[in-house]
Amino acid sequence: MLILHCPYCGMDVDETDLHGGGQAHLTREGPGSTDAEFEDYLFMRENPKGVHFERWRHVYGCGKWFHAARCTNTLQVFGTYPAQTLEPPKEICEAISAARPGWSWGAFK
Amino acid sequence: MSEAISALQGRVTAGEVTIREAGLRGMITLRGDLADKQLRTVCSAVTGVDFPGLGKANCDGQKGLCWMSPDELLVLAPYAEVGEALAQIDKALTGKHYLAENVSDARAVMMVEGAYAREVIAKLSPVDLHPDSLAPGDFRRTRLGQVAAAFRMQDEDTFEVICFRSVAAYAFDLLTASAGAGRVGHFR
Amino acid sequence: MSTRLAGHGRLINKNKAVDFTFNGKNLRGFAGDTLASALLANDQLLVGRSFKYHRPRGVVAAGAEEPNGLVNLGKGATFEPNQRATMTEVFDGLTATSQNHWPSLEFDVGAINARLSSLLPAGFYYKMFMYPRSFWKHVYEPFIRKSAGLGKAPKDRDQDSYEHFYAHVDVMIVGGGIAGLSAALAAGETGARVLLLEQTADWGGRAGVDTPQIDGKPAEEWIKNTLETLDKMHNVDLRLRCAGAGVYDHGYALAYERLTDHAPETDGPRHRLWRIRAKQIITATGAIERPLSFAANDLPGVLLASAVRDYAVNFGVSLGDRTVVVTNNDDAYRTAIILKKAGLDIPAIIDARPEVAGDLIDQARALDIRIELGKGIAKVKGGKRVTGVALCAQAGEGAVLEEIDCDCVAMSGGWSPVVHLWSHCGGKLTWDPDQVMFRPDPERAPTGQNGQPFVITAGTANGNLFTAEVVGDGWAAGRAAAKAAGHTKAGAHAPQGEDAAEGPISPVWLMPQGAGYALRSKAWLDFQNDVKVSDVQLAAQEGYESVEHAKRYTTLGMATDQGKLSNINGLAILSQSLNADIPNVGTTTFRPPYTPISMASIAGVAKDELFQPIRKTPISDWSNANGADNEPVGGWRRPYAYQRPGETVHEAVNREVKNTRENLGLLDASTLGKLIVKGPDAGKFLDMMYTNMMSTLPVGKCRYGLMCSENGFLMDDGVVVRMAEDSWLCHTTTGGAEHIHAHMEDWLQCEWWDWQVYVANVTEQYAQVAVVGPNARKVLRKLGGMDVSAEALPFMQWAEGKIGDFDARVFRISFSGELSYEIAVPAGQGAAFWEALIAAGEEFGVMPYGTEALHIMRAEKGFIMIGDETDGTVIPQDLNLHWALSKKKDDYLGKRAHSRSHMADPNRWKLVGLETEDGSVLPDGAYAIADGVNANGQRNTQGRVTSTYYSPTLEKGIAMGLVLKGPDRMGEVIAFNTVEGGSIAAKIVDPVFYDKDGEKQNV
Repeated sequence: MLILHCPYCGMDVDETDLHGGGQAHLTREGPGSTDAEFEDYLFMRENPKGVHFERWRHVYGCGKWFHAARCTNTLQVFGTYPAQTLEPPKEICEAISAARPGWSWGAFK
Repeated sequence: MSEAISALQGRVTAGEVTIREAGLRGMITLRGDLADKQLRTVCSAVTGVDFPGLGKANCDGQKGLCWMSPDELLVLAPYAEVGEALAQIDKALTGKHYLAENVSDARAVMMVEGAYAREVIAKLSPVDLHPDSLAPGDFRRTRLGQVAAAFRMQDEDTFEVICFRSVAAYAFDLLTASAGAGRVGHFR
Repeated sequence: MSTRLAGHGRLINKNKAVDFTFNGKNLRGFAGDTLASALLANDQLLVGRSFKYHRPRGVVAAGAEEPNGLVNLGKGATFEPNQRATMTEVFDGLTATSQNHWPSLEFDVGAINARLSSLLPAGFYYKMFMYPRSFWKHVYEPFIRKSAGLGKAPKDRDQDSYEHFYAHVDVMIVGGGIAGLSAALAAGETGARVLLLEQTADWGGRAGVDTPQIDGKPAEEWIKNTLETLDKMHNVDLRLRCAGAGVYDHGYALAYERLTDHAPETDGPRHRLWRIRAKQIITATGAIERPLSFAANDLPGVLLASAVRDYAVNFGVSLGDRTVVVTNNDDAYRTAIILKKAGLDIPAIIDARPEVAGDLIDQARALDIRIELGKGIAKVKGGKRVTGVALCAQAGEGAVLEEIDCDCVAMSGGWSPVVHLWSHCGGKLTWDPDQVMFRPDPERAPTGQNGQPFVITAGTANGNLFTAEVVGDGWAAGRAAAKAAGHTKAGAHAPQGEDAAEGPISPVWLMPQGAGYALRSKAWLDFQNDVKVSDVQLAAQEGYESVEHAKRYTTLGMATDQGKLSNINGLAILSQSLNADIPNVGTTTFRPPYTPISMASIAGVAKDELFQPIRKTPISDWSNANGADNEPVGGWRRPYAYQRPGETVHEAVNREVKNTRENLGLLDASTLGKLIVKGPDAGKFLDMMYTNMMSTLPVGKCRYGLMCSENGFLMDDGVVVRMAEDSWLCHTTTGGAEHIHAHMEDWLQCEWWDWQVYVANVTEQYAQVAVVGPNARKVLRKLGGMDVSAEALPFMQWAEGKIGDFDARVFRISFSGELSYEIAVPAGQGAAFWEALIAAGEEFGVMPYGTEALHIMRAEKGFIMIGDETDGTVIPQDLNLHWALSKKKDDYLGKRAHSRSHMADPNRWKLVGLETEDGSVLPDGAYAIADGVNANGQRNTQGRVTSTYYSPTLEKGIAMGLVLKGPDRMGEVIAFNTVEGGSIAAKIVDPVFYDKDGEKQNV
């Protein structure tokens, strides 16, 4: 049972008030994409043991989607941030690097 | 106009903590830019209260403003005055991107009144209800048993719980059961 | 015999007798007794039969770890099996019965299993019941079912109430012994929010029995003073009879508070499940004494040494006049000393260690107790109770040196810290060879959301067996936990404990060390699941080398006690058999709950009418009062049909269809989702959401729309209404309201966050009534108000105004093919509006209709239903809905997916109508069979039925289905399978069965 900080409400929220939405930072492929690109977008997901970026919605609260950077192994949360971004904010990346030296967003992508 | 009725028509279970359906309440869902000056001004003009901060509700009688999300506010007004309030909002925000909808009939309001009102809520919601964490004026959207709900702490012994109309009976019975089961004694 | 001791019993009130029954026998105990102590005081040594061999068993322990003393408590609505006698406080009128025996506890037929024990070795079930296969069903399973299981399931409904409580604390401390109290004191003084839990009814843990000195005072006095101090701290909550059940991610923990089990006449909930969020958790859960493995160590009268002195000191109960103590450590000498001082006989202390030295040994010697060093028990003598022990050399194979008469054996194999809660969320253990125990490794604590440890262990749970360490450790843990939770205010000094000097323990896993098979196969490890030393050795021999495999093969530690007494001993035997070190073999996984918790506490208030929320429309009460036969739809209960007296549901449905087609029907459509989509970019947004073009819909008009998921499958449908230039109202299916709203928010927030669109779910703001049938306009005209004529309000348009006194939005849409108005009024006016329609409609033959009539009428018209014609694998093209797929749009959700090869395959199953040749109704879900079989030998298929009804309008069965190239095969007859094994022939026809030109709805 996780606790995640809702960046909109400014408070820690119990997992039962949240709804998970899978991997964050997917790039949508629409008409004009190749079969391979579209398949990748629809079906292929990271499943790392370690740093991961996830979508969460504060469904019983403000109703907003946010992203969480989290270790799937230890459940350490490196930070949460609003979903209106194409990549994690710098301070999140720094927090991850501090906890998991050698990690990089580029490698994840 | 046909006379409207609230979901539970004022049902009451009296006890050490009393559960009471508050009857018809006027509510407007207002979505927009909460930093917008005109929006803030009209909200305060309609309700007579200050614009609330994050996680807060400012209320005065049946009028009030509750912070719902970074782009949503719940405007409270007497049921009969909602149409007028909506018109005022629409007028003030003409030309702006916003949404204001009357949701008075979509909701039910329960009052939880009594000595251990905090504990009645703490039996049902995963929210920290400790006096150090939640004080009068605070507003939370969360879960009450198995349904979505919001509550506002009115004073030390009073909570106002808002839920959807369709689950009013469930919420009322849930609160009644929690109140009836007595004090936990955790918040000393 | 076991009996009451004069002058002892610190926890009982000898002035307050309580009467209870055991197996129908009237017995008497005292307030403060546990059921176990009260039974023992009445010489009821035998409390149950063992699970597999039905051996006579008595109480072994005095606490939560008890494996044998499981009883049925109460009867009727309060009946509960498998309750531990050691954790059950007696009260007046308590009724208990023993379990797992037939016909009686004293004489049990199943005990024959014990004689057959050589035929029932470890893995017996796996080996024996494999072949022949037919024997499983007819021979083995009935036999196993008859003899398996502990206790009986209750038959009556539980009459008690239960609840949950969410607590958010800085420091949660599990265990109210001196370590926990010390930790609470240290944390409490900082001002941190502290929750201290103790599973028993008393504070202080073992210190109350073993009476060490703390701060220069007897422990009992220190405990009393500490409780007084804690009670004055408003930031500290003290909970007795409240067990820490589990520790989970991010500081989530469950605790199980038993509020009225000891006083059932009290009002209020019986159990409370605490759902705790703790910033820090201290596990001060103490330690459990280990049994020793010698032959017949399971006879009633063989107990843990600590339990024997607990019964004497706490409850004034003597287990026997002559108690032999057998040990590998100094601590058990305390039992001998206490009993001797109470005037009881200690024929011998049998100590497996060849040399001993320490204060306790000196004390025992001073009391003239015979001490046999380097010795062990070859075998316990007796049938249903202990009559003596056979003494042997520990180093030998069990040659009997002497037989010693006794009626109790107090055994101690050392102490195991209770590491369960430490381990639940990933805390690791380390093997301490000096103290012969696994103890928490503070370097590898469970970590929380910030990556930092959130569990600290203290006291004996941390492997500290001496008072000075225990209280100091508890204090330090309390301090550290409060600090980690952000509270640093310094307080008083740490308490100081004093200890007797003790010599080292010596590991003894089998007694005697060279015991032969005959002895090993009577040396019990797991009392509750009847696992012996020889079973674990057999498992190792047969290749079950992993501790997890050996556990499952032998069932060691798999009973309700989860191996609290047996795991370490079993593990040690396994490691010896494998010739490996204990830490290399490792432990099995510790899983919550620590001790069983009631299912009812997990449910909490969620039972009866609170089991789940049932959503009600403003019209539900009227429907329920007027014959509604409800069906669950998306959290609601919708009337399936309105049954009249003397009518079957089927008859009601047919009546409703005919009446709606001929006169006037009313449907409560309030449950349909209603979403307002507004903003400068709302049209663009809806063009992405729907396959159709919605941006061009003129204000005042309605359009049927389809929604696909990104992978192309149909997810929802409904009528979209243009309310204003920048505002649309989207109707969704009943089940779709919440998730389509969420779906829209998802795309707006996460993909097109720069688009100016707001969505609001106004589903419950309105009661919506479908007024349907040839008389629909007449009834509205009678009510008066706005113009609802064909000219003023044509088909697929809407208008706002008054119907009678009601504020109404009127939509001219039809899901039945009839003249139809869907009218939305504010929910608060909904009931009155419905009743007004019923009253006004009387002269027009009004009848309410339910969802089944709705379904039949839409099927007669060939309209699809999300969830019937779609199942998450169906695309609009399958349903011949090409017309709803805009070709003008570059993009919409699902468009790209529709061009994937499988989606564009011309051989997909497509929607057709189906008619049986004899007019009968096709079975729902039936498959159309094709020639040949597939790779699995199953009959090939070429389609399936998606909707099938008896049509009262057409007076025959009608169906829709998806059939391979169906629309190209009109008129062809294909066969559908039936559950009975036969097949039914049906003709492929146009799915529109009724009013093909839509003349009836457009009037």
